[in-house]
Amino acid sequence: MGLLSAPSLAHYLVLGAILFAISMAGIFLNRKNVIILLMAIELMLLAVNLNFIAFSSYLGDMSGQVFVFFILTVAAAESAIGLAILVLLFRNVGSIDVEDLDKLKG
Amino acid sequence: MTFPTAVFYAFSAILVFAALRVVTTRNPVHAALWLVLCFFSAAGIWLLLKAEFLAIALVLVYVGAVMVLFLFVVMMLDVNFDNLRKNFRSYIPVGATVGVLVLLEMGLVIAGGKLGGDAAPPAVSGSNTRALGRLIYVDYVYAFEIAAVLLLVAIIAAIALTHRQRRDTKHQNPGAQVAVRRRDRVRLIDLKSEPRE
Repeated sequence: MGLLSAPSLAHYLVLGAILFAISMAGIFLNRKNVIILLMAIELMLLAVNLNFIAFSSYLGDMSGQVFVFFILTVAAAESAIGLAILVLLFRNVGSIDVEDLDKLKG
Repeated sequence: MTFPTAVFYAFSAILVFAALRVVTTRNPVHAALWLVLCFFSAAGIWLLLKAEFLAIALVLVYVGAVMVLFLFVVMMLDVNFDNLRKNFRSYIPVGATVGVLVLLEMGLVIAGGKLGGDAAPPAVSGSNTRALGRLIYVDYVYAFEIAAVLLLVAIIAAIALTHRQRRDTKHQNPGAQVAVRRRDRVRLIDLKSEPRE
């Protein structure tokens, strides 16, 4: 696989891996800010979807795209509920800092 | 370098740069906008992989709905975001370490294993949307219906979580209105009639 050759399956997989690693590092960097954490999770799901579609295209099996379809559905539901919880959290605690959420500590 | 190759590298570069900006930018509104750029470039790469329907769905659903929801929430919350970035630099070493480790492990898997698909992708004939629809509505129809129920549950959950009864506004209670009886409203008073003067 040459660096600037025509894209093969490995190119897409490496791109997905880079994207996943960036969002993984982003979760560590922004560990206080819940909104950016949610965005990093969306980015992770995007990387996973990219892998699914690359495999689906190169192996000639459409089922991978069906899975991406369902992942998109679940991710949309997840972010809607996550943001609803975030709004509720801000209304009750007055902050979205993860370190302020220690009520269950006892 | 052929045209698809150039497109792939251009969109990949934009995608990686935008993803880096999402996790490092100071302002969450800017992070959301960079994430929009991420989704657009990913949709371009999906088009290159001949997944036309999903590319359009990504733009419509994510850029059109989910990211707008994100922007609404970010702008609605009155948070001092500088406080949330106080120890940002101190997390860079551990974050970078974990990121590089994840990348190395995935790179080992990709470089070492035989994943198949070395050949060019098989030629696709016909409409991508038609093929996807046939799979979803025939082979995966139960999963599709469960996904619909899941979305319904998500709608109800989001409304139930954020709904609140306002005390300072006037509102009707239809149940009480329907259940009202005659004796609740009408009171007959026995008045003695006065004789005419």
